[in-house]
Amino acid sequence: MMPTGSDQTETATGQVAPAAKDDGVSGRHDPWVHLRSHTSARIALGRTGGSQLTSALLAFAQDHALARDAVHAPFDDVALAAVLQPLDSARVLRLESAAPDRATFLRRPDLGRRLSAASVALLPVQSLHAPPLDLVVMVSDGLSALAAERQAPRLLQALWPRLRAAGLALAPLCIVRQARVALHDEIGWHFRARLSLMLLGERPGLGTPDSLGAYFTFGPRPGRTDAERNCLSNIRPGGLPPEAAAEKLAALMLASLRLGLSGTALKDDGPSLAGP
Amino acid sequence: MAVYRSTLRGVTYTFPDLRTLLAKATPARSGDELAGLAAGGALERVAAQCVLADVPLTQFLAEPVVPYESDEITRLIVDTHDRAAFSAVAGLTVGAFRDWLLRYETDGATLAALAPGLTPETVAAVSKVMRNQDLILVASKCEVVTRFRSTLGGRGTLAIRLQPNHPTDDPHGIAASILDGLLYGCGDACIGINPATDSPARVAELIRLIDQLIQTYAIPTQSCVLAHLTTQLAALRAGAPVDLMFQSIAGTEAANTSFGINLALLREAQSATLSLRRHGPTPRSASTDPAATTTISSPAVPNVMYFETGQGSCLSANAHHGVDQQTLEARAYGVARAFSPLLVNTVVGFIGPEYLYDGKQIIRAGLEDHFCGKLLGLPMGVDVCHTNHASADQDDMDTLLTLLGAAGVNYLMGVPGADDIMLGYQSTSFHDAHYLRQLLRLAPAPEFAAWLEHMKIQSPALRLLPADRTHPLLRP
Repeated sequence: MMPTGSDQTETATGQVAPAAKDDGVSGRHDPWVHLRSHTSARIALGRTGGSQLTSALLAFAQDHALARDAVHAPFDDVALAAVLQPLDSARVLRLESAAPDRATFLRRPDLGRRLSAASVALLPVQSLHAPPLDLVVMVSDGLSALAAERQAPRLLQALWPRLRAAGLALAPLCIVRQARVALHDEIGWHFRARLSLMLLGERPGLGTPDSLGAYFTFGPRPGRTDAERNCLSNIRPGGLPPEAAAEKLAALMLASLRLGLSGTALKDDGPSLAGP
Repeated sequence: MAVYRSTLRGVTYTFPDLRTLLAKATPARSGDELAGLAAGGALERVAAQCVLADVPLTQFLAEPVVPYESDEITRLIVDTHDRAAFSAVAGLTVGAFRDWLLRYETDGATLAALAPGLTPETVAAVSKVMRNQDLILVASKCEVVTRFRSTLGGRGTLAIRLQPNHPTDDPHGIAASILDGLLYGCGDACIGINPATDSPARVAELIRLIDQLIQTYAIPTQSCVLAHLTTQLAALRAGAPVDLMFQSIAGTEAANTSFGINLALLREAQSATLSLRRHGPTPRSASTDPAATTTISSPAVPNVMYFETGQGSCLSANAHHGVDQQTLEARAYGVARAFSPLLVNTVVGFIGPEYLYDGKQIIRAGLEDHFCGKLLGLPMGVDVCHTNHASADQDDMDTLLTLLGAAGVNYLMGVPGADDIMLGYQSTSFHDAHYLRQLLRLAPAPEFAAWLEHMKIQSPALRLLPADRTHPLLRP
C-alpha cells in the first residue's frame, strides 16, 4: 500500500475511511508512512498522545465488521461445483460434514472433522482390486466461504494439470460443506488414497476475509495428528497467490509421495517465495 | 479411590474422581462443554467448588489426573516435586490455601520459595475457587525475573514482544514493522517473527535479519523465529545465530506428540541453543527494592527458551484424558519450568470460540493462566487476543490487558495496529502497550529503557518523542 498524501486514510482493505482532523502533536501519520509500501501491516498509524487516532480506530472497526460478516456468509457449493466441473471429466462430489448449521459448526469442531452419514453413503466403494489412487482433493468453505469461492478455482486450475502431467491417479474432486482440517483424513481413507489434500477457507483476518489454507496428509486415516500434516496458509492474491501455491503444493506433494511421508519430517527447502 | 460428594439444597452431587471434580468446578467455558466435561449447571459447579475447597493439597500428589505410567508430563511433575518447599502448605486444603495466598504475610519471597513445592494441578485447583480479583492480587505479589540481553519481569516494568509478521515473510515488510514497533518503544521482550513458511533456510534468513538490526543499532533485545523446534534446530546446525529457541507446548505427552515434540527433544534443543552462548550474564533481580525477591526456576541455567501455550490445545489434539482445559494448561507450565525459559506466554484467545466462547471467557482464562504460571515461578506473558469467529472485540482486549497490567504481567504482544496480517487474528498494538505503560507507570526493561532514551524515542517520563525522517532508525 502506498502512502496517501490526501485527507483520506486508506485501510488495509483498500476501503477509504473518512478523513480525521489533525489531532495535534504528531499529525495524521507518523513520518515513516513511506514504509507502508513494503507491507499491509498497520504501521505509521500516527498517535494522539500515545493513543490511536479516531480515523485509525474507526478503520479497524470497519475491517472487524467485514471479517465478522465473512464468518457467517453462506457457501454456494452448487455454483463452485459448476465452476470446477471442467477440470475433470469425473463427477464432482458434493459432501457435507456432520455439523448441521453455522452456529453448531463454530462451537463443535468435532462435527466438522467427520462426514455426515448421508455423505458417507455418497462415497463410491473402492474395490480392493482396483488400482490404488494417489490423491484425493477436496474444497471446503471452512471459516470463509469467500476464500473457497475466490481462491480454490484459481489454485486448482494451476494445480490439476501439474498432477495430471505427473501421472497421478486422482479421485473425484470433492466439495465439502463446513469442514475442519482433519476431515480430509477421513475422506482420503474412504478412497484408500495415498495422499489427501484439503483446501479450505481460513479464519478471516482483518482486511483478509478470503484467505485459503491447504493441508495434506500422506497415508490419510482418521486419527492422524497435526504433526503428520503439511500446511500452506494465507493463499490469496495479496498473500501467497493461488498459482504460486499450486506450484509449491505440487512440489511438496510429489515429494511426499516419493518419500512416503508428510508432516514435520517433510521440510520445504525450496526457493523463497516472491513478495506481494 | 476417593469419592467426592456434597449436598446442596437437598440435592447430592457426586464426583467419582479428582479430575472430574476439577472439571465440574471450573468456571464455565465452551471447551469443557465441547469435551463433555463441564458442570451440568450453575449449582453443580458451585457444589463441585465446595467439595474442591475441602480437598487436602496432599490429595493432588496421591491422585494424578493423568496416569504416571502413560504420560511423561505426569512423571516430570511427580519426580521433580520439591517436598521440602511444599511443607509450608502441606497441611492445607484447597480453600484454606486460597485464604493463605491472600494473607498480608504471604509475600513475594514466600511465594518464590513455595513455587517448586507446587504442582500444576494444585495451582489449577486453587484458581477454580478464586475470583478474578484474587487471581490479580496474588499474581501481583510474584516477581519473576529473567534475562538474555534485556532484563525482564522486574517490578514496575512491562516488556513487549515485537511481532512483525508478514504473510510472505518479505524481509522489507518485516523490517518496516520492526521499525514501527521500535519507534513506539516496543521490542524489549524480544523481536519474534511467526514465519509463514516452516523451512530452515527461511528461519535462518529471518534470524539474520533481526540479528543485523540488533547489532547495527545495539538494541538490548533478543531475536526469535517461531518455527517448529526441529526447523529451528536445523537452522541452528546450519550456522544460524539463534538467540531463543521457541516451541508451542501442551500439558500431556499425547498432545506434545501431536505437536511433534517430547521432553527429550526439548532438552536437545535447549542444550544446542545454550551451546551457542549468545545469552548475556546470568539473571538477577532488576529491582532496587531490597524487600523484593525473585523467582528463577533454575538460576544456574541461562534463559534461552521461549514457550507458548493456550487452553484447549490438548482437546484440540484429542489428547485431554478427561481433564479440563485449564488444569491441562497449568500442566503445560509444568513442562515450561523444567527449561528455565526467558519467556512463556499463553495465547489466550487464539484458539477460537469452541474453547473460549466470548470476551468474558477469554478474560477469565487470561487471568487464570497468568496466575498459575506466576505461582509456578514462570516469567508469564499473555497474548491478549481474539479471532474473528469469537464473540469478542478490542473492548474486551482493553479490559484484559489493563487487568494483566495490574496483575504484574511480564510482557504483552506488540503487533502493528493490533492486526496480525499473517496469523489473521487481533492481538494488542504498540499503542496499547504505550497506553498501559502510561496508565500504570510501567517502564520498559531497564536496558531497553536506556536505549530508547539514548535513541530519543521515549523520554524518562515514559512519553514518546516526536521522530522525523532524519531519525537514525529511518535513515536508509
